[in-house]
This record gives sequence, structure tokens and C-alpha cells, in this order.
Amino acid sequence: MIFSKKKNPVDLTFSFITGIASVSVILITAGILYVLFKESSLSIERFGFFKFLTLVDWDPVKESFGAAAALYGTLITTVLALIIAIPVAVGIAIYVTEVAPNFLKGPVGIAIELLAAIPSIIYGMWGLFTLSPIMAKYIEPFLQRTVGKLPLVGILFEGTPLGIDFLTASMILGIMIIPFTASISRDAFNLTPAVVKESAYAVGATKWEVVKDIVLPYSKLGVFGGVAISLGRALGETMAVAFVLGNNNQITTSLFGAAATVTVKLANEFTEADKDIYLSSLYYLALLLFVMSFIVLAIAKFLLLKAERRYSR
Amino acid sequence: MTGQIELEAKNLNFYYSGNIHALKQVSFFAYKHNVTALIGPSGCGKTTLLRCFNRMHDLYPKNRYEGEIVFQGKNILSKDVDVINLRSRIGMVFQKPTPFPMTIFDNVAYGLKLKGINKRTELSERVEKALKNSAIWDEVKDKLNVSAYELSGGQQQRLVIARALAVEPEVLLFDEPTSALDPISTSKIEELLVQLKSKITIIIVTHNMQQAARISDFTGFVMLGELIEFDKTDKMFTAPSEKLTEEYITGRFG
Repeated sequence: MIFSKKKNPVDLTFSFITGIASVSVILITAGILYVLFKESSLSIERFGFFKFLTLVDWDPVKESFGAAAALYGTLITTVLALIIAIPVAVGIAIYVTEVAPNFLKGPVGIAIELLAAIPSIIYGMWGLFTLSPIMAKYIEPFLQRTVGKLPLVGILFEGTPLGIDFLTASMILGIMIIPFTASISRDAFNLTPAVVKESAYAVGATKWEVVKDIVLPYSKLGVFGGVAISLGRALGETMAVAFVLGNNNQITTSLFGAAATVTVKLANEFTEADKDIYLSSLYYLALLLFVMSFIVLAIAKFLLLKAERRYSR
Repeated sequence: MTGQIELEAKNLNFYYSGNIHALKQVSFFAYKHNVTALIGPSGCGKTTLLRCFNRMHDLYPKNRYEGEIVFQGKNILSKDVDVINLRSRIGMVFQKPTPFPMTIFDNVAYGLKLKGINKRTELSERVEKALKNSAIWDEVKDKLNVSAYELSGGQQQRLVIARALAVEPEVLLFDEPTSALDPISTSKIEELLVQLKSKITIIIVTHNMQQAARISDFTGFVMLGELIEFDKTDKMFTAPSEKLTEEYITGRFG
């Protein structure tokens, strides 16, 4: 009986069902990719790859479409959001793993996770009704009066501060991805073996020195992975920035300029697209976003996997 | 063989958070420039005792000491002790090698840099000396700028010892330093410990009774948080005075 090739029927059914579930994910992804390709083929034929990528125009009347402005908007909001989010998130993670007294670790951890669970439209509303007026009234005029007067960087603070701009949108986006980045960074920090930290204490290191010299280098890859996942989220985020970015198809150097991101454009314009080439160009934009997010996520997964392999010995 | 007492625990009690009484009225001492071994069954409290000597337990909340540990005439459990300074004078080496994520040179220089030594020449000198003292210099002298992870487990452990030696501590605590190593690396480390005792005082926790017999001058036998017997190693392994000790070293339990 030991050598019987017959498998247990329950096991067979079980692997069949779970197998179907897993395969369906791949099929759905492939299906989405296929539809994006098919629907955007008209636009791909008309504009090609590099022209679409570099053309700033987005003109339904002249039927001239390019992704440059939307991609620029997406890129800038995302990068700014990361600049705002990473220091805060890493700070939170250090506090929770290394500094906080035990009775605080739990509550702070739960608060972070709750923050991550707030739907993004609520961040967007808060941004429009609360943050945007504050930015327009106090923060942006202040920035303009101070750093705006400096040479070189002054160019970033030109224009009328309306609160509907890059800076506000990036801040909301940044706040939105803080909990997520913090929680992944915390997990990465926790991968540092206690005994390595103790070894540093054993040659006379202080808490700060242990964090700086041991924990941070040890969890570098993990934190990068976490940042890349946040980047993926920020790239694809729509609702948090839809209200406060202004949906203006332009490339501006000022942080006080209105702009558009790929996602916001898609959300706003699908219903308006009356011509085939218009619709097809929107699909083309979506395809670019899909590929971009996919690459970023792949990098993230790769880094996280490498981090776990290296240190889980 | 005997001489000055370097480190002495007097009526030491230790409680882990949640009031778990892990050490009970332990009185124990280590002579200067001797190797003192702590043996006993798993979970008996020997590592707990070892970690009291450099206040490693302070890193975790709600651990509590009672009694005294006297080091060079001062009670190091008192509140005004600078724990960071204490740990650079009473170093520690752990069960598994714990290289830091940096180069071989930087690993050894780490403790020195923490002490504010930044001059390149002085650093190189002291790193070289520490690596020589831990008998690994010849193996690493050509790759000081390579990551410490490139070394084998046994080499890593000697590197970690070099790192601990570099800050010139008076006492080094070893927590089963060879239990993760192969026999050849183990014998190298044992040789090293015997050599080192001309310079420093060594306290070593070990599961391996032959090891304790081979390298230590004094041995303490710990069981259920109590120090059952403490004596010269020769006497302990030939004619122990306690019945429990005899039963343990003859392998009747443990």
C-alpha cells in the first residue's frame, strides 16, 4: 500500500480547487493586459511609443494626445509624497521597534494600521476642505515669502498659491502612505536579530548608535522594498489627489501649479471621451501606468525577498 | 593560580518581567585572569547569570536585580552606574557569531570609534592587535575591507572576539561561544581563550562539560536558578562535594 500511486481523493479535490483559484489570478491579470493593449492599439498606431511619451499636448479637438504632462504630474506628486513620507515613516518605525516603552508599542502599532485602513476618498475630502485652505492661506504664502526669495529654488514657489497644486496633493499622498511605509519598515527592523543588537550594546553602543549602525543597515533592503511598495501605491492613487491637483494638463516647475496625474485624468475623462482616438489614448495612458506599477512592484518584491533571504538564517 | 577577585556576585536575585524568579541568592566570584566556567542543564539560569554581569537585562523592560555585583570595588547594580561604559569594560560574546553589516575592519573598529577614537593610524594599530590576539589576523589581513559576512562561522566568531577585545575590556563574558561551530573551529577558540586569560578575566557559559574541564580554572554548577557548587575545576570534576553536581557531571541527568 505504501507504494500505491493512487492519491487520496480529498487531497486531489483540494489541490484542484486551490489550483483553479491561483490560476484565475494570472488569467485575470493577463486579461486586463490584453484589453489594455487591444483598446489602445489605435492610439499606439497613431502616436507610437516615444512620441506619445514626450508629447505634452492633450487636445481632444485637434486629436493630438501625449502622456508627458500626466506622467510628469504622476512622477512629481509621487516623488514629493515619498520625500514627505519616508522620514516620518522611518521615524515611526524606529520609535515603535526600538524606543517606545512596551505599553505604547501596541497602541501606536494599531493606530498606524487603522490609519492605513481609511479609504483614500476621505483623505481627498479632508485635503480639499481642510488642508487646501490652510495651505493657500498660511503655508504657501509663508513659503513664498521665505524660501521663495532664494535663487535657484525660488522657481519652485512661483505663482499664486491657491492650495490646489502639487504641494497640497503631495502632502495628502504622503500622509496617506505614511502608515503603510511605517508598517513595512517596522517589519524590516524587526528582522534584525536581537543578539546582533546586543553585541553592539556589548561593546558600549548607545541606543541611537545601535539604530544607526546596526538596525538601519541591517534592514536597508527591507525598507527600500517597503518604500517601493508605497511608491506603487502612490503611483496608482486617484481619489486622494483628484480634488486637490486641479486636473490641468500642463508641465510646470512651480509646486504651486495645478497639474494632472495619469489616474486623475482617467477618472475624469473616460465619460467625456467621445471619439475613438480619445478613448484609445486614455487606454494607452492606463497601459503605461499598468506597466509602471508592475515594474515598481516587481522591484519591491525582489528587494523584500532578498532581505528576508539574507537575514533569516 | 588564585589571586585577586575581579567580579563577585553577592546574594544576587534576578527577576524577569512578570516576577519570574530566575536567580536565587547566587553568590559567585571570578578571579582575575582566570577562566571561570558556568555549567548546568538547559534553562537553569547560567546565561541569565552571565547577562547580569554587563547588565544586558536592562535592555528589556521590567527585569529586576536584587543584591550586589561587585566589580573592582564598586557595586555595578547601583543606579548611578554608566551602563554604556560598563559594557565596554565587561564585554560579551554570544552563542552565534554576530558580525555587524560592515567590513571586517569596521567590525573590529566599531567599539573604538564609539569611544571617540578616529585617528586612522591608531585605529589600524588597535584593530591589527585585536585581530592578532584573537588568532585570526593571518586569515583576514588581506581582506580587511571585505564584508564580514564573507567569513566562515568559525572565523566570524573569532572576528567577534577580536571586536570585543579591541576596546580592551577587563572581563569578557562568553555565552556558549562554540555551540554553533564545528570541532576544529571549537578547538581554535578554546586555545584562544586559554591564551587570552593572561590579559583578561573570562567567564564562560558552556553546555559542554569536557570544554569546561579543558579550559577553565574554576567551575560553577547552576541548577534551577541556584548555584549548587562552586570550586576549582579539577576538584569539581574529580571529587564534587554535592551529590547533584556528581549526578550531573556523570551524565545522570541534564
